[in-house]
Amino acid sequence: MKLELRGITKRFGSLVANDHIDLMVQPGEIHALLGENGAGKSTLMNVLYGLYQADEGEVLLDDEVQHFAGPGDAMAAGIGMVHQHFMLIPVFTVAENVMLGHEETKFGGRLDLPAARARVREISERFGFHVDPDALVDDLPVGVQQRVEIIKALSRDARVLVFDEPTAVLTPQETDELMGTMRQLKESGTSIVFITHKLREVREVADRITVIRLGKVVGEASPTASNAELASMMVGRAVELTVHKDEPKLGEEALVVEGLSVIDHIGQLVVNDVSFSVRRGEILAVAGVQGNGQTELTEALVGLQPRVRGSIRLDGVDLTTESVRKILDSGVGFIPEDRNEDGLVGNFTIAENLMLDRSDGPPFVKGGNIQRGFLAEFARDKVKEFDVRTQGIDSKADQLSGGNQQKVVLARELSRDLSLLVAAQPTRGVDVGSIEFIHKRIVETRDRGVPVLVVSTELDEVTALADRIMVMYRGRIVGIVPGNTPRDVLGLMMAGEQPAEGAAA
Amino acid sequence: MSTTTAQQPAPGSQTISLATTVVTSWKAPIAFAVFTLAALALAVFAPAEGDTTFRLSSPTDAIQLPEITVPAMPTLWVVIVLLALLTGYSAWVVSSKRKVPLWTIVVFAVLFMFGFLTWAAAGASLPMIGLLFGSLSLAVPLIYGSLAGVLGERAGVINIAIEGQLLAGAFTAAVVASVTGQPFLGLIAAMVAGMLVGMVLAAFAIKYFVDQVIVGVVLNVLIIGLTSFFFSQVLSPNAAALNTPPRFDRWPIPLLGDIPIIGPVLFRQTVIVYLMYIAVALMYFGLFHTKWGLRVRAVGEHPTAADTVGIKVNRTRFWNVALAGAIAGLGGTFFTIGSGIAFNKEMTAGAGFIALAAVIFGGWHPIKAALAALLFGFASNLQNTLSVIGSPVPSEFMLMLPYLVTIFAVAGLVGKVRAPAADGKPYIKS
Repeated sequence: MKLELRGITKRFGSLVANDHIDLMVQPGEIHALLGENGAGKSTLMNVLYGLYQADEGEVLLDDEVQHFAGPGDAMAAGIGMVHQHFMLIPVFTVAENVMLGHEETKFGGRLDLPAARARVREISERFGFHVDPDALVDDLPVGVQQRVEIIKALSRDARVLVFDEPTAVLTPQETDELMGTMRQLKESGTSIVFITHKLREVREVADRITVIRLGKVVGEASPTASNAELASMMVGRAVELTVHKDEPKLGEEALVVEGLSVIDHIGQLVVNDVSFSVRRGEILAVAGVQGNGQTELTEALVGLQPRVRGSIRLDGVDLTTESVRKILDSGVGFIPEDRNEDGLVGNFTIAENLMLDRSDGPPFVKGGNIQRGFLAEFARDKVKEFDVRTQGIDSKADQLSGGNQQKVVLARELSRDLSLLVAAQPTRGVDVGSIEFIHKRIVETRDRGVPVLVVSTELDEVTALADRIMVMYRGRIVGIVPGNTPRDVLGLMMAGEQPAEGAAA
Repeated sequence: MSTTTAQQPAPGSQTISLATTVVTSWKAPIAFAVFTLAALALAVFAPAEGDTTFRLSSPTDAIQLPEITVPAMPTLWVVIVLLALLTGYSAWVVSSKRKVPLWTIVVFAVLFMFGFLTWAAAGASLPMIGLLFGSLSLAVPLIYGSLAGVLGERAGVINIAIEGQLLAGAFTAAVVASVTGQPFLGLIAAMVAGMLVGMVLAAFAIKYFVDQVIVGVVLNVLIIGLTSFFFSQVLSPNAAALNTPPRFDRWPIPLLGDIPIIGPVLFRQTVIVYLMYIAVALMYFGLFHTKWGLRVRAVGEHPTAADTVGIKVNRTRFWNVALAGAIAGLGGTFFTIGSGIAFNKEMTAGAGFIALAAVIFGGWHPIKAALAALLFGFASNLQNTLSVIGSPVPSEFMLMLPYLVTIFAVAGLVGKVRAPAADGKPYIKS
């Protein structure tokens, strides 16, 4: 089916998220929509899918103008969507999720589950998915959940399929499999819109590429364009894709973790007997697919997990069961993985956010009073030093873009005397310009002799920053390997396979 | 503290399971020990004289069961020994890193209750039929209320206004039935009244995103105020015309009603109770086996996902909260036309809140919530029965009993039950 978007404009208040966007997708074509986080790709697709109403412009399918009042209409017209955040109900089975919204019923209104199961099996077999229709979605790994999303769209005879950032949660191997599925779909005549900000994937699978920046189409590119060309189109200027860093000057072991386990509330060992150490002046990057215990590991390091076994020592001092306050006071800096949830108070000003973890005494608080003058001076300093693009230090934190919010968190943590920096997903949802900046500051911190632990699910980030790489899988360490380990080896390790002999560092 | 069991499966396999360890909880053995000591204290400090008789049939029954008579103190001592054994067993289970099985809790509770009844009714005879019949009766508004709560919360709207809906139902049923002389018209009017309250809640919670708990509380206060006002200004002066509701007759079901014990308790009831059986069954079947239920649960778990498959989230929520209101309104009829009592100020006396507790205790499942409501009904009626037969327990203490049971049930014994994920969260589309 041929899809055409003409002059789509969508405004949120004064913000123009989509500004007269034109897009044409031919039948049996994989059309990549490339753009930074916040460029307006997802908004555009939500307009296409009927979740948002466009202020101007029209959607055409096979040259016929469509009017979608909601996702139901879009689906009926043959548009399917694989959402970035899966639209699956965790407590339902695969079959229930697939049938939801177009349920077939038998006598007495009883759900026709056998029919739904058969449908799941049929599509599953066609693409070699191996999905059990009776499994609870909650119990499935994310890669399989994504297949359920695809089955869901196909079960409604979607002929235009939108993939919104589908690879964010996948291992490299799963990504390859997804690419295979996309090609298979394309051969069967399905039109595919592939939204991403990852250059490598675009070049591998796309037939045509449309680049979007700040809500506007900035041009088309061919899949043969180089990474640098695509990146500069996407960002609007030349970008450095690599991080410059010198050989690390290693000091003694600072952070020593032995036999660390974290137990969740139902008794699962989400971190399972983990031992490693980080030396002064070294970046240890923790690689792994989201949800393999990295979050809990970083939280355990700063004292945020209630059930912890094993030992965590920093410069010889045992921090295992200490309070968060004590751990922060001993010089641990923490960049949490979800800045809106754990990193900032959105309603507070930038200045207030910058003193958030130092409200218990001088220099920011004296005799119970916040030293406004000192704080303002400090905040202005930091805003300048960390290049936070804002109207002033009294702007609320949630008015900032993702990149600038992250710089505020970084500024707060780096402005203390650190003896360890723990950075979880430091550049998630951050624009390319800010990524460069944040990476540079992390490397600088290392060069000052601070041990750094970086957790990232993006292999590019891991290989860019790491002196050593620790790969986690299902709560365990698969291996700790040198920073220059090839991507395919890391990819296999992220799926739980042990590295070949001799690769361990 | 624990042992590691399952190892991780081979990479690439479809099942994902982390190694697990048992988080041991001493809650059950400690609670057991406390109750065992309480029973011991009764036996030592307040020994009861005489025999206890349990009457299993009422004189009108077709099949008469013999009375069971036991000597109070020896029975209590036997029970205490058994309770102590169970406590020891549960402590051993926990110390060897396993979970206390459910049957021990059930057996413990039944034994304790038996021992307590034997002691409390020493020297008297305890009408078991009356005790159970009354339990079911008192549970009727609780069960309707808990069904309303289950439905609302499954759809993602917390309904604190059950109390108000029961009260509105009781009031409307009394007035309409008094005026028309038709209890069935009262029943329908009560459902409409409950539904209206539900709609107000739904409108504020769903359309205007007002905090659902606050709207619910305010609605309760509003309904109490309104009904009290009309009661004192309108109903009281014209009580004969407006507040002398006819009552539903009992309709014994042939054959079923003659089964010993169960028959008189379950099948010699009014139409409100029979409707309740149907409502519980329908709610269970509907929620878990029909298109309607799948969609209700979908909007309560993940409204965005439901929206993306073309389900109208807010419309679904609105009508199901309204339906829940009608169910609660129906439950309110028990207080007036169900019992043949005139309406009185605040006559629901917190039943709506106990129903909410039953929703949580029952893990948002209609049948389990109904069973929880039955338990609370039993606690209430135990107090009535014991004060009638003149037990040594002070009546002030017995009045606390239903609430005490509620607190224990909700706070201590509920395992890890999960509320619907989007419960209480408005669905805001940008």
